[in-house]
Amino acid sequence: MYYLYSVTGLALLISIIIDRKKTLTAIKISYKKFINIIPAFLTMLILVSIVLFFVSDRMISTYIGNNDKYIGVIVASLFGSIALMPGFIAFPLCGILLKKGVSYMVLSSLTTTLMMVGILTYPIEKEYFGVKVTIIRNVISFFIALIVSLSIGIFFNEIL
Amino acid sequence: MKMQNKRIKALSAAIYFAFIVSSFVIGFKPGEQIGHNFISFSIEMLKLLPCAFILIGLFEVWVKRESVEKHLGKDSGAMGYALVILLAGTTVGGLYVAFPVAYSLFKKGAKLSVIFTYIGASAICRVPMVIFESSFMGIKFSLIRLIVSIPLVILSSVMLGNYLAKRHYRIMEGK
Repeated sequence: MYYLYSVTGLALLISIIIDRKKTLTAIKISYKKFINIIPAFLTMLILVSIVLFFVSDRMISTYIGNNDKYIGVIVASLFGSIALMPGFIAFPLCGILLKKGVSYMVLSSLTTTLMMVGILTYPIEKEYFGVKVTIIRNVISFFIALIVSLSIGIFFNEIL
Repeated sequence: MKMQNKRIKALSAAIYFAFIVSSFVIGFKPGEQIGHNFISFSIEMLKLLPCAFILIGLFEVWVKRESVEKHLGKDSGAMGYALVILLAGTTVGGLYVAFPVAYSLFKKGAKLSVIFTYIGASAICRVPMVIFESSFMGIKFSLIRLIVSIPLVILSSVMLGNYLAKRHYRIMEGK
């Protein structure tokens, strides 16, 4: 987080020193772009807040912990696609689940879909890239996550 | 149609906020929980987004179109993918930050397969996230995940890019 602030501050400072006018234009562009996309972000935040009420991390752990491995992979990938969870919540959760005996394969399908597939970020993605591309990209990402999860299963000797 | 859509959206948002506020007033627990979710995620994003958009603004003003075209454009080759994966490694947040960045790159002349690689890579190989991940899941886990997923991301991006280029895909204007 702090590195983002320092990089942004430094970049702004250098920019102001070199050309004050250009920097002002940049700020105007930033502002306009930000304002333009706020409605999409608001839609996403509303969806996130509702979905996370129904799909809590406790629920994820009960559902993916007590299943057959392959069903676990599918269930985890569905949860991962629907939910939106920052890494600082997702990985500690996975660490706990790992200790509880959930397989690497299942956890990788959860984390990879969390990272790559964004049903909840759909309102934002479609603003920039359109509905069709958004759907294609998410479907591809879902399958990539499944392939990754199978590979993890192979390398950790979890596939019989 | 578009106007009507907007009205429905505004109305739904109004209903949502009315629901949250009244939940807090009458102490309706599920509504309060949803309100807390909304606030905590908003704060999380407000920490990142202003910086991200300032950097995007500076990028648009200072970086020349020719240099983006040269390094990430049609004739960029393997170097373009490598560069954009490095850039993705330093991206913060998640997909919602990667989209506006990718959009600006595209507007400056980066080719489609490169920006899809950027989006995919910024989902899976942000450096701080990978370090955090490996501390919980082990280095072996993170390495296998990266080694398997990065080539797949590049491959699928090239395929998607070619497919869209053939169909004369046009990106949204003026975002």
